This record gives sequence, structure tokens and C-alpha cells, in this order.
Amino acid sequence: MSNKYRSDFPLLQNEMNGKPLVYLDNGATTQKPLAVMQAVADYYGRFNANPHRGAYDLSVKATEIYEHARKRAKTFIHAEHGYEIVFTKNATESLNLIAYSYGMTFIEAGDEIVITVAEHHSNLVPWQQVAKTKGAVLKYIYLDADGKIPDAEIENKITDKAKIVAVTHVSNVLGIVNPIEKIIAKAHSVGAVVVVDGSQSVPHLKVDVQALDVDFLVFSGHKMLSPMGIGVLYGKEALLDKMPPFLCGGDMIDYVDEQETTFAPLPAKFEAGTQNVGGAAGLTAAINYIEKVGFAAIESIEKDLVEYAVPKLQALPYIELYGCNDLSVKTGVITFNVKDVHPHDVASILDADGVAIRAGHHCAQPLMKYLQVNATCRASFYFYNTREDVDRFLASLQRVRGVLGYGS
Amino acid sequence: MDLNAIYTELIAEHSKSKHNKRHLMDPTVVLKGKNPSCGDEITLEVKLKDGIIEEASFTGIGCAISQASTSLMIDLVQGQTVEQAQKLIDTFLGMIKREIKDEAALEILDEAIALKNISNMPARVKCAVLSWHTLESAIKKQG
Repeated sequence: MSNKYRSDFPLLQNEMNGKPLVYLDNGATTQKPLAVMQAVADYYGRFNANPHRGAYDLSVKATEIYEHARKRAKTFIHAEHGYEIVFTKNATESLNLIAYSYGMTFIEAGDEIVITVAEHHSNLVPWQQVAKTKGAVLKYIYLDADGKIPDAEIENKITDKAKIVAVTHVSNVLGIVNPIEKIIAKAHSVGAVVVVDGSQSVPHLKVDVQALDVDFLVFSGHKMLSPMGIGVLYGKEALLDKMPPFLCGGDMIDYVDEQETTFAPLPAKFEAGTQNVGGAAGLTAAINYIEKVGFAAIESIEKDLVEYAVPKLQALPYIELYGCNDLSVKTGVITFNVKDVHPHDVASILDADGVAIRAGHHCAQPLMKYLQVNATCRASFYFYNTREDVDRFLASLQRVRGVLGYGS
Repeated sequence: MDLNAIYTELIAEHSKSKHNKRHLMDPTVVLKGKNPSCGDEITLEVKLKDGIIEEASFTGIGCAISQASTSLMIDLVQGQTVEQAQKLIDTFLGMIKREIKDEAALEILDEAIALKNISNMPARVKCAVLSWHTLESAIKKQG
């Protein structure tokens, strides 16, 4: 089965260890289409200047390119205002901005911060720091045996004491879409602010911040075709307005006196220093590309690959799968282990066959402990993957135990 | 990449062998070694008396390479003086970092030479050296 997008991705034409590359680590970062690379090259080749500063044509053009990216990001997630989009370097920086600016200012001793046990370290460690510093309580929502969040956990863990509920939209390990509508409704009913980590959802499914009524949404550009180093923080105007700056410096001020400073309005207040305009140009091209493919196609391709791969994996007696019982709530992420073989050995053997997967704890150590595993293997798809990729992956996987001297 | 050069029979065997995977009755030093990024985690137990490593063992979890490397190291250092053990550690690390060009110098590593090809797999070097660094720290810890 051919895939019409593959030819747009130069890196997918390459070999790894002498075999045509099968790239199945899209949860970590995606490959980039030529259009994105050209947009970045075009920016540096024709328009590079420091935006928001120079009174000359090039600087005006650079500013336009940067602000156009903000408009595209705004429409992409259906935000109400462009100034509710703050550019950061990635989701991690966005989450730290929220934790340090909002969390450290508005959380008090005895307040509760509620997260799930499936959070990536970037949506866990910053909240742990806020809780420790402010004497707040960090509470965990746990998963059921299928890896899903039970309604009872939402009801019981989010109480009147909750001030922040920070959850991932899609787990980077299990690929399960969390019921964030229910979580947001419950959190708002007790007056808590909701932070959604969209790193694994925004590239794969349509996310509408107004329909969801989410307070903060973060995502990384590099997991959705963009260059590394550009990320987004969406926040509701009323919240961003009352938050103090995170980083201070140039471009985030109106007036600076020796002892006092007036900060610039949104979004400049949160964008200190020269920003990643080349990355923003790449993000615009990436959003254009994704919208051209369309989320209907992206979801259907990923669904097909998961529904093709999971039964074949289930048929292998030495494969243990995690969070694969209900494929209706899954994105293109499959996490598994090979009996008796450490995930790093699995990844090395697949590497020799030209197949790139992730092995390790996936920056989610509390979830690993909860699943009672030390580490896992993860294959994660994007719309340029094919059933042939899955076949190559499965063929290599069936070699793994033999290489390590186990019979079948 | 030639997998047979990495996952040799010896390594596959040692990664599964349990003969060094146990607790000592009376260790004089117990030290954890971790590769946080990949989750290899071993606890090395050493009985060090009068400058001699009388016994050593380990527990923990990790990939085939880290487990085999640990087991091979223990086979090698048991009964050795601290000075000899340090020389083995230096030689092993030198082999993995490709700093030792003289093949003859590696002979003291005996079966642990089987891990030499890991130097061709940068992603796995830290798995191979974990236990050796841990032993070095354990020796220093006891002083």
C-alpha cells in the first residue's frame, strides 16, 4: 500500500544500517516535509532580521512572518484571540511557564494540584516543584487495568481544594485519549484551572480550545512536522493577563526605569528576547501541511495501522501489550515488551533491521512503576507510515528472541 | 551493523546466567549503579578484605548488555587485589572508549573482551560500562 505523503519527506528516503528506514518514533519527534525545510531556508535566505525592532523593511517582513505564525496557530487550535498564543521553545517550556508564573503566584499552602499518573515528566516535575515550594498537595488520578481514567477517579480526586488540574490529552506511553471534557467540566465545577498537555494530541486529532473550554493548552512544534525549538502555550486572556512574566528582558517591556518596569501587553509579556522566527516560519508551513492532509485522513491512517498491527502483535505469545484493550480510544501509539528481553536490546535488534522505535521509560517513570514495568518499547505512527512499515517492524520483532538465544 | 558481533553466544549466556546474581552473606560494601535514561539498575555487593575482592555479586534489572557485562566483570575481579581490579576497570573502559590500540593489552580482560564490539554502538556504551563504574565507586567508597 503506497502512501502519497512519503515522497514529501526527504529523510524517509534514507537508509538506516543499510536497510530502508522504517521510522516509528513519531511520539518523540516527527520527520519534516520539504515544505517546512524550504520555509525555514526561505526565511533565513530572504527575510532574516530581528522582528519587532528595526525600522527597516526586512525587520518588518520578519515581524510579519512571526506574527503570521501566531495567526495560523490561533486558527489551528481555534483560539479566540491571537494574543492568547505565546510562542515558547516547546511544550516543556510552556508547562514550566504556567507552573512558575501561574502556579508559584496563585497556589497556596493546602491547595491541591491534581495530575494523572500517566503524565510525562514535563507535566509532573514542575507541579511537584510548585507543590513543594508552596506547601500544596500533589494528587494523582490513577488508571484502570485498560489504562483508562475511570469516572470515579475524576469525581473523587478533583475536590473543592483543587486549584489546578494538569492532564495530558493523550498519554505518550499508552496512546489513549483521556476524557478531558469530563475532567474540564469537573475541574471548572470546583473552580480549578485546567492545563492540558496537547503534545501527543494536537499533531494527531483536531483540538478546539474554545469547544473544550480549556484554560491552558501546550504543544511542541517538532512533534507535528515543525523544526525543533518552537512550541506553543495557549492561555485564556483573563488568566495570562493576571500572571507575572516568566522570563524578563528585551521585547517584553513598555517602559523601564531604574527601579520599575511596565510590562508589555500580551503576548509580548511572555516572549522575552529574540524569538525563534525561523521556527515560527516552519510552524506555519507545518500547520499548512497538516491542514492539507486533514485530520480525517490522519486519524484514519493511524487507526488503520493500529488495527492492523495490534491483532498481529496479540498473536505473538511472547509479546506483552500495554493499553491496547480498547482500540476505540487509541491514537497511533503501541507500547509493548518482548518476554525475557530488555527493551533496549529489542530496539538495538530492530535498529539493525532499519526499524526505529523508542525504548525506555518514556519520561514517565511514575507510570512505569504503576504498570509494574522497568521500561517498555514503543512504536508510534504518523500519517506517512504504511502497512509495509508495520510488516517490517513485525518481521524484525520476530527475530528478537532468537538473537538472544531463546527458542521461539 | 552485525548483530552477531554484539549479541554473541557468550553475551546471551551471561545475560541470562544467574551464578553471579545473588546476595552475599556479608558484603563490606553495597552500591547502586543506575542509567536513569534507560532504566538499567544494578546493585553491586562486594566483600573486600585486606585489599582483596574476596567475593562479589549483583542484583537488579537491565538489558542483556548491562547484565552480561556485570556478570563477566564479577567473574573477572573475584579474588583480585584492588589494584588489579582497578587495572581491569581501566582496561575495560579503555577498550570500550577505543583508547587502547594494543590488542595484547586487552588480554587480561579474558571473556570480557566479548564486549569489545559495543564500542561500535554508541547508543549502548553506557549499558556496558555501568557495572565497571559502579565497582570503581564501590572500591573508592570503602577506601
